[in-house]
Amino acid sequence: MIDPRSSVIAKRFATINRVIAISSGKGGVGKSMIATTIALKLAKKGLKVGLFDLDFTSPSTHLILGVKNIQPKEEKGIVPPFVNELAYMSIVFYSGDLATPLRGVDISNALLELLSVIKWGNLDILILDMPPGLGDVVLDLIKLIQKIEFVIVTTSSQLAFQTVKKQLKLLNELKVNTIGVIENMKNSKNQVIQSETEKLGFVYLSNIPFDKTLETSIGNSEKLLQTNFAKIIENVAKKILI
Amino acid sequence: MHEWALAEAVITAASKIAEKEKLKKITEVIIKVGELQQVEEDIILFAFNQLRTDLFKSTKLCMFKGKTKLKCHFCDNAWNFIKENLDETTAESIHFVPEVAHAYIKCPKCGSPDFEIVEGRGIWIENIKGVK
Repeated sequence: MIDPRSSVIAKRFATINRVIAISSGKGGVGKSMIATTIALKLAKKGLKVGLFDLDFTSPSTHLILGVKNIQPKEEKGIVPPFVNELAYMSIVFYSGDLATPLRGVDISNALLELLSVIKWGNLDILILDMPPGLGDVVLDLIKLIQKIEFVIVTTSSQLAFQTVKKQLKLLNELKVNTIGVIENMKNSKNQVIQSETEKLGFVYLSNIPFDKTLETSIGNSEKLLQTNFAKIIENVAKKILI
Repeated sequence: MHEWALAEAVITAASKIAEKEKLKKITEVIIKVGELQQVEEDIILFAFNQLRTDLFKSTKLCMFKGKTKLKCHFCDNAWNFIKENLDETTAESIHFVPEVAHAYIKCPKCGSPDFEIVEGRGIWIENIKGVK
């Protein structure tokens, strides 16, 4: 018995120049907000950008973008709809507002299914909003998408950074390209995360102070792009393109 | 026409197997289609015919349906998936991503959404025959 799906994934990704996963070993560090804002900023630069929400059990990029009343098209596969200039895909198109409890094998199967049937077309960059942790999605993507690169998100807390350090070491061992680390929700002036990141040999991309106005921009991408948070992300986007 | 992408996957996977096994032509591909994904067999066959390369010139595509067996992780109850129990929108959502069944289907005995798809999820290549 052979599962035919993985054999076609390289073909699906041949039309995508770069695939960048916004990831963290810890949850609640702001991955989805950063992934969405990076995608929007890159699209504003005139690039063809896709955003794929891979947090199957807790998707949230659709809420950040205010996605309503659209569905992917069926055209010899699944063609993602455009949302604010982004080719956009999320499992919520099929699960709606319902809780979707998935075990590891189900997560791998859903990922394999979507990677093999989604037709992204020509993209300069596909941004992946990853689920937290170092589980199935991270490992499956490293196996299935050879061109994948990672941006790692942490907070200033050692509770997040100690897990992020493990993730950085893992990515290094697996010889996966890691673009750098973002320190999100920074609330002090100490530079511990920056110095520790650099000591490990990774690029410290930026720190982002906690932005109280961010919550009010949820569902309104134009408002999001006006925040201080988005202005800092614009510099991160520039570094990603170097 | 999401079946087209699945037929393309079957062709690509079978081509890779043929290359590995040094087959000059493939005479038969047997695929099993799980009920849960509710794949339209006619469309798979149509897409397969459209996508045939030289390697598949004389290939017979055999398809057979496999029942979907589900088993509750919570109470161990086992049952078969029945499409007729679902409304059209739900059935279509499960057709695209079978795992979203966990959002719509519950164990008929205890009501838990925590169940295993034991068999009959989607498309599998059962066997390939060819000539070296």
